[in-house]
This record gives sequence, C-alpha cells and structure tokens, in this order.
Amino acid sequence: MQEPGLLIGCIIFWLAAWYANTRLASIETRSRTLSLLINLAIPILFGAAIIALWEGITRGFGVPPVILPPPSAIWERIISSIPMLWSDFVQTYLKAVVSGYVMGCTLGFLTAVLVDRSPFWKAGVMPIGNLVSALPIIGIAPIMVMWFGFDWQSKAAVVIVMTFFPMLVNTVAGLNAAGHMERDLMHTYAATRGQSLLKLRLPAAMPFIFNALKINSTLALIGAIVAEFFGTPIVGMGFRISAEIGRLNVDMVWATIFVAALAGSLSYGLIALLERAVTFWHPSMRSQR
Amino acid sequence: MIRSRLFPITAVVTLIIAVWYAGAVFLNATFEYQSAARADQQITFAEVLPKTMAQERPVLPAPHQVAQEIWKTTGEMIQRGRPFSKRSLIYHSWVTLSATLLGFVMGTLLGILLAIGIVHSRVMAKSVMPWVITSQTIPILAIAPMIIVVLASVGMTGLLPKSFISMYLSFFPVTVGMVKGLRSPEVMHMDLMHTYSASPVQTFWKLRWPSSLPYLFTSMKIGIAASLVGAIVGELPTGAVSGLGARLLAGSYYGQTVQIWSALILAAICAGLLVTLIGMIGDRVNKRMGIREATN
Repeated sequence: MQEPGLLIGCIIFWLAAWYANTRLASIETRSRTLSLLINLAIPILFGAAIIALWEGITRGFGVPPVILPPPSAIWERIISSIPMLWSDFVQTYLKAVVSGYVMGCTLGFLTAVLVDRSPFWKAGVMPIGNLVSALPIIGIAPIMVMWFGFDWQSKAAVVIVMTFFPMLVNTVAGLNAAGHMERDLMHTYAATRGQSLLKLRLPAAMPFIFNALKINSTLALIGAIVAEFFGTPIVGMGFRISAEIGRLNVDMVWATIFVAALAGSLSYGLIALLERAVTFWHPSMRSQR
Repeated sequence: MIRSRLFPITAVVTLIIAVWYAGAVFLNATFEYQSAARADQQITFAEVLPKTMAQERPVLPAPHQVAQEIWKTTGEMIQRGRPFSKRSLIYHSWVTLSATLLGFVMGTLLGILLAIGIVHSRVMAKSVMPWVITSQTIPILAIAPMIIVVLASVGMTGLLPKSFISMYLSFFPVTVGMVKGLRSPEVMHMDLMHTYSASPVQTFWKLRWPSSLPYLFTSMKIGIAASLVGAIVGELPTGAVSGLGARLLAGSYYGQTVQIWSALILAAICAGLLVTLIGMIGDRVNKRMGIREATN
C-alpha cells in the first residue's frame, strides 16, 4: 500500500459513478435531446470510472510500471513524445493504411461489379470469398515484406489483400439485395443494365458496402501494424510497439496503442457518419422509437 | 444445391491455381535469367520454365512445391511414426490449435455472460455495450506483444497468454450475436411467459436461451476464425519456437519461402476445418431444436 488515500478515493468515485449510472439508466424521458445526453453520459461515466479505478489500483498497490503503468503516466508520455508518435502515425496510418485501404476496397468493389454480371462466377466466387474471409490472411505479411521491401509499400500490400475479400463478398451480396418488385419495375422502364445498376442496385447495396468499409477500417490498421513486426524502417506504430516492449518501456507502448485506438475509432466514426448520410433511407437509421 | 455449386467453385479454384503457377513462373524467372547471365550463358524460356518450379528459395513457390513440403512435414512424419516431432507441422499446428481452442472457449463463455448481463440489466446495456463496440475499433492485435511480455514477466508463459489474445478477439462477435439472439423472442412469446408468471430464470432457460442458439453458432463461426488469428499473432513477438506463427517468423528470418507458404496453407486448412466443424455442430443442434434455418 503506497497511497491508500488515493485508492480509497478512486473506489469511492467508482461506486458513485456506478450509482449515478443506475439512477441515470432508470430515468424515463420523452425529450429527445435529454435521452441522447443520458445515453452519452452513461458510457462516458463508465469509462471514467474504469480509468479512475485503474489509476487507483496501480498507484495504491504500487503495481510496477513494467506490468501496468497508471493512466496519468501514459498521458504524460503521450504529451512528451508527440513528434515521435506523429511520425509513426504518418508512416503507418497515412502511408500504409490509407493507400492500402483505398486500393483494396476499390479493387474488391470493382471485382464484385464484374463478377455480378455472370451467375456462374458469382456462384463460384461467393463460397470461396466467404472461406478466405475466415482465413488468417495476416500470415502473408512476411511474404509481402520479402516482395516489396521494408518500407510502407509492403504494409499497404498486406492491407490490400486483407480488405479485398470482405469488400468483394459484401458487395456481391449487396448487389443481390434489391427486391424483385423493384427490379421488375426497372425492367418495365426498359432500363439498361448500367442504369439499373446505378439507380437501383448500387444504392440498395450501400448498407452492405458500408458494413464492409467498417470491418475493413479495423482490419487495415491491424494488418499494417502486424506486418511491421516482420521488418520495418525504424519508424512506424508496429515498429514502436515491438521495439519499446523489448526495452520494457511499457508506457510508450500504451501511448502508441492510444494513438492506434484513437485513429481506429475516429476512422470508424467517420465511416459511420458517411453511412448515415448515404443510407438515410434504411430502416436501421430510423429513430429507435 | 451442392451439385449446382460444385462446378463454378471448381472453376474458380482452377483459375486461382493457374494464376498462382503463372505468378510463380513470372516472379521466379528473373532469378534464373540473372544466374544464367552471371554464368555467361544464353537461356531460353523453355529452359527457364521447369527451373522456376524447382528453386530452393523461390520468390513464389509453385503450388506443388508447397504441397510436397506439407506432405513431407505431415504425412511422411506419420509414416515414420513420429507425428509429434519438432520438425512436423502437425506438432506446430497442435500448439497453435490448443491455444486457439482454449481462448475460444474462454471468449465464448465471457461473451455469453456479458450478453446475459446486457440483456437483463439496463445499466449494463447502456454503459458496457458502447465500450464493447469501441473496443473492437481498436487494433487489439497491436497489444498482443505487450500482453505476452507482461504476462511472461509475472511468470505466465506458454499456452495461457496466447489464449488471452484469442479470447479477446472471439468474445466480441459472441457478445453482439448473443445480445441479438437473447432479444430475439417475439413480444407474444415473452407475454406468454409473463402470463405463466415465469421467473426471469425460467424465461431465460425456456425461451430466451433456445431462441438464441442459431445466433450463437453464427457468431461462434466468426469467433473461432478470429481466435486462430489471435493465436498465430500471439506467437510472433516473443520469438516463440513452436506453433504456426513461429514457423512463419522463422521462415521469414531465413528466407525459407516454402516453409512460410506451407505454414500459411496449413493455417488456412485449420481455419477451414474449425469453421466447418462449428457449422456442422450448429446445424445438428438447430435441427434437433426444430429450427429450420439459422438466421443472421
């Protein structure tokens, strides 16, 4: 016990937050904004309570920082090493992830549109695509590092392969999602193949495509970071993690993870916002009430 | 149904293998031309072609080279009566699979428990669920090395740390699927239970749990594939000596491309088998429960 006061304070805060959440969750309200606020406040309070508990336990029991550094120490490290974290972010995220993500998703999408023209290839591609989506594709990382060298190009290649199949499978499924009635309607309009694709089937496929974009945004970051474990120049988030863990600088590892988590959540949120704007007509976007 | 699909699938597989061979010839030819140029010899394409299929360290090994390597490290090992020697891929697959399965079981249990909590308590639904979703936008595999090293520093090595990573990756699909599944009974059925004045426990076992099973198996299929990835990545950072991930790492250190590819293919086979196995169990359970088709 090093700082029993802090530990007790944090536990009290945690209990208070828990109690507040219980009360908040039981509030019934008609007001839209109020219920939105409550739904935001509860998870935030829960997160704050977890962080407080983390701080209290690590400091209170004097947990060695090699095992689990307290959040305050991680935050200090983040503030003090922003330039390094930024260069890692540029190397891994802006170069490898973004380029690989865009290329992989585009390729998957185009392949799906091509495959969609022929029922024969569709029947063959779908089961295989589903199987490949379940495979540990991340294993191709060492091969890509051998082929394309240590720099970000090899990471982008891993990301392309990882994002290709979810996009392919989801787009093919989505292009089939338009109902028979609507298709018949397009037929009675004497719409060409391209017209019915653009005006009916692509919009109907959008929820599926956005689903793939969301899955891929996480996969891409994972792919790029894990590929860096197999060989990198001396910059990059994966390199930072594997190098600093070797020197037992655990707080630096946590700082990098914080950046990765922030990047992952923000890109996910961005895609979710886009989805809301594009697929506003979909039932899942309607108000819950 | 199956027969009508068989032909297109065969066509796609044949296409993939053909592209693979073409790629092997294309990528490996440079090396042959260079070595011929060094020896001051003219070499024709017809001479290069067979050589590209039989290099020791090809850029891209031909499919049959990989198949031979896999046979050498699995089938032949069994014939010689040493299926679990350190050189056999069966041994390495088993190391990875045991971590995968342990992590998968832990992850599924955790996922089910979380889902039960979320379904039955408003506070948990509102406070935990957003974080469960956020936790998956985090590239969790990035912290795999740290989990391994930190657990090793408190004396936990071997199977368990890898399983923790597998567990983390597999609990999410199960939680999300089970929350959906446990909430899937219709209002009519819930009302019926209410008129029977069934306790929450009775409602759970007699209505919620049975109607959630199709969802459980659908998400378990996703979960076990994720578990395998977790176990393989968990073997990378510590320079583990056994397991499929360790074979990948060793292969990449020594430039043994055939070894990398055979480990990769074997990992793919394992994933395929595990997913099929879960699917079969799920079909059988669903059939016995009288559920005709698994819903998503």
